[in-house]
Amino acid sequence: MPSAPSKLYSDDVSLLVVTLDTNPFFWSTFSVPFSDFLSQVLAFLNSILLLSQLNQLVVIATGCNSCGYVYDSASSKNHVSPTASMPALYSNLLHNLEQFVARDQKLSKPDHDTRGIVPASLLSGSLSMSLCYIQRAFRSGSMHPQPRILCLQGSADGPEQYVAIMNAIFSAQRSTVPIDSCYIGSNNSAFLQQASYITGGIYYKPPQLDGLFQYLSTVFATDLHSRAFLRLPKSVGVDFRASCFCHKQTIDMGYVCSVCLSIFCERHDKCSTCGSVFGQAQKDVTSANSKKRKA
Amino acid sequence: MSKIPERPLNGDVEDDDEDEANDGLEAWERTYAEDRSWEDLQEDESGLLRPIDDTAIYHAQYRRRLRALASTAATARIQKGLIRYLYVVVDLSKAASERDFRPSRMAVIGRQVETFIREFFDQNPLSHVGLVTIKDGIAHCLTELGGSPESHIKALMGKLECSGDASLQNALELVLGYLNQIPSYGHREVLILYSALSTCDPGDLMETIQKCKRSKIRCSVIGLAAEMFICKHLCQETGGTYYVALDETHFKELILEHAPPPPAISEYATANLIKMGFPQRAAEGSVAICTCHEEAKIGGGYTCPRCKVRVCELPTECRICGLTLISSPHLARSYHHLFPIVPFDEVSPSSQNDPHNSLPNICFGCQQSLLTQGSKPGLSVTCPKCKQQFCLDCDIYIHESLHNCPGCESFRHSKSVIAAQ
Repeated sequence: MPSAPSKLYSDDVSLLVVTLDTNPFFWSTFSVPFSDFLSQVLAFLNSILLLSQLNQLVVIATGCNSCGYVYDSASSKNHVSPTASMPALYSNLLHNLEQFVARDQKLSKPDHDTRGIVPASLLSGSLSMSLCYIQRAFRSGSMHPQPRILCLQGSADGPEQYVAIMNAIFSAQRSTVPIDSCYIGSNNSAFLQQASYITGGIYYKPPQLDGLFQYLSTVFATDLHSRAFLRLPKSVGVDFRASCFCHKQTIDMGYVCSVCLSIFCERHDKCSTCGSVFGQAQKDVTSANSKKRKA
Repeated sequence: MSKIPERPLNGDVEDDDEDEANDGLEAWERTYAEDRSWEDLQEDESGLLRPIDDTAIYHAQYRRRLRALASTAATARIQKGLIRYLYVVVDLSKAASERDFRPSRMAVIGRQVETFIREFFDQNPLSHVGLVTIKDGIAHCLTELGGSPESHIKALMGKLECSGDASLQNALELVLGYLNQIPSYGHREVLILYSALSTCDPGDLMETIQKCKRSKIRCSVIGLAAEMFICKHLCQETGGTYYVALDETHFKELILEHAPPPPAISEYATANLIKMGFPQRAAEGSVAICTCHEEAKIGGGYTCPRCKVRVCELPTECRICGLTLISSPHLARSYHHLFPIVPFDEVSPSSQNDPHNSLPNICFGCQQSLLTQGSKPGLSVTCPKCKQQFCLDCDIYIHESLHNCPGCESFRHSKSVIAAQ
C-alpha cells in the first residue's frame, strides 16, 4: 500500500472493485465468446488505472461454484510483469483467472445432478467479498479513495441468493458504496436493478455487445465526483415485486406474516417460517378499518 | 543520558494521541477531555509509554456481546416483534437543562435520539415511531406515529427547549390513547428518556401503570439522573427495561439497545397475516397524479397493484383502497434477524503453527495478511461452516453490518447446506 501519497487523495480517486461473471454454463450458451468479452473488459480496466495513478483496481471472479480475487492493483507483486511481452495487469489477471476457472471447474464435479438447469453465479459471495475489501480501504485512514463496485454479470439471478444479496445491498447502502451493474444477459436482472437503485449506482444493459468497451468507458469509467456533471442512463423502472416463500412465484399482492415478514401468495393457518399460528382470520378487516381511522 | 532518545519518542506518542482525541475541542474543554488520559497509556517491555492497543480489547467486548446475543437467540424462540409501534417520550423539564452531560442533557438527548431514530428505521423498516415531549407538567405530542425519520428529527430539533416539571402520568396517558388504536399484530412500546427526579401528576400514577399493563404496552425508561422507584416499577410491571446512563457513550449504548427488534411475546401481539401490495416503480419520465400530494409529478412514484393509483413513497397505505403498500427491499431489510450468521470461532495464534494446519494466513474477506509484524500470526477467526479464516475487523463488519459470511456465500456446496436448513 503506498502510504506516502495517501494525503493527495482527492474526491476523484477511485477504488473500483469489479466482479466478473465467469459462469461457464452461461458463456457456453451466450452469443459472444468469453474471450471477446474479456478483451474489451481488460482494455476498460487498464483505462481505469490510466485515468489516475492513484486509482485502485480489484477484480473478483464470480464463478458458479466459488468466488476469488484475481487481481489487486495494490499488491506489490502485480506491478512486475513475468513476461515482457504483456503489461503486468493483463498477464497477472489472465494467469490468476485461468487458475480460478480451473479450480472452479474442479469444484463442480461432485454435484452433477443439476444437468439441464443453468446454475446461477455466486453473486452474493463476490459482493460480500468486495464489501469486506472496501471496509479495509475505509479503515486505512480518513483519506481513502472513493470506493465503488461494478458488477459485470451475464447469468440469470439465483433466487436462493435473494436474502444474501439483499443483505449485501443494504450494507453497501449504509457505507454509501454505489453498486454499478452492467448486465449483458438476455432479460433484465431484478437483483442488480435493485442493487443499483438502492445504492445509487447505475444499472445499464448494453444493447450491442460489439461496442462493449465504449459503453463501459462512457458509463462506468467516470469517478463518483464527476458523475454529477454527466447525463448518465436513467433507470427504466425497477421491479420491486416480491417472490412468495411457498411457491417462489413473483407476486404483486400477497400476505405477510406479522411476526417474521415471510411472504405468502395465499392465506395459511400457520407460518411455515416461524411457526406462528395466525389467530383471527377475520381480524384483517377490523385492523384495516382501525388503521384507516387513524390515518 | 540514556533517557534522552526516549523522551521525544514518548512525547510524540502522547501528542498524536491528544490530537486525535481532542479534534475540534476548545482549549477549556480539553481539561475535561484529558481527564483520566493516563488510563489510555501502558508501559511496554522497554519501559516506554504507549497508547493501549485497544483493538484486541474492543474485539473481546464485541465477542462477548455476540455470544450473549447468540445464547438468548437459542433459548428464546426465533420470533421477533418486527412490526413495532414505538413512542419516544423526551423529558424536556427543567432538569433537562442540567449540565452534567456536556453541553447539556437536552442537547445530548437530541443528538442521540437522532442517531437512534435513523438506526431504528434501518433495522425496523415496517415500524412506526412517534415523539412526545413533557414540558411544564404537560405531555405534548410532537409527531404522530410515522415512518419517515427526517420528519421526526426535524420536529425534535425545532423544539429543544425546556421548562417546568415532568409528568410521567400525563405522558403515559397520552401515549396510551394513541397506542390503543393500532392494529393487534403490532408491538406497542414506549421509550422514556427521563431527566427529572420527580413526577408531578394530576392523578394516581399506579393506576395508569396498570392501564399500560392491560394494554400490553412495553414501557422502558432510560434515566439521566439517578434511579427512581416509580420508573423501575413501571418497567417491571410492563416488561420493559430500566437503566440509568452514566455518561454520553453509555447513554448512546443504552438507547441503541432499543433499536433491534425485541423477541415477540405472543401475549403481547397476535400473529396475523397482513395483506400487502408490492407496487412497481414507474420509469423515470412518466407523468401521473399522485394521491398523497394531489399534484402531477414527472417520474418516480409507485403504482398500487389493486386500484392502480400513484403514490410517491413507500411504505405507505393506499389512500383509495387501504392496502398496505411496501417494496420487497423493505421486507428483506429485516430478514437478517431471521437468518443470523453464527458467531465465528476464535483461532489462537499457537494452533496456526501446526504444520498440518494449512490456513493461508490471509483474511478471506479483505485479503489482509493475518500476520503481525515479525511474521507471527495474530488473532483471527474462522467460520464454523466454511472454515474460512477472517481478520478481526472483517469479523465485526460481517456480524454487525453485512450479515453474510463471504466464505459460505462463495461456495456452492455450503450454500445447499444452508438452503436445506
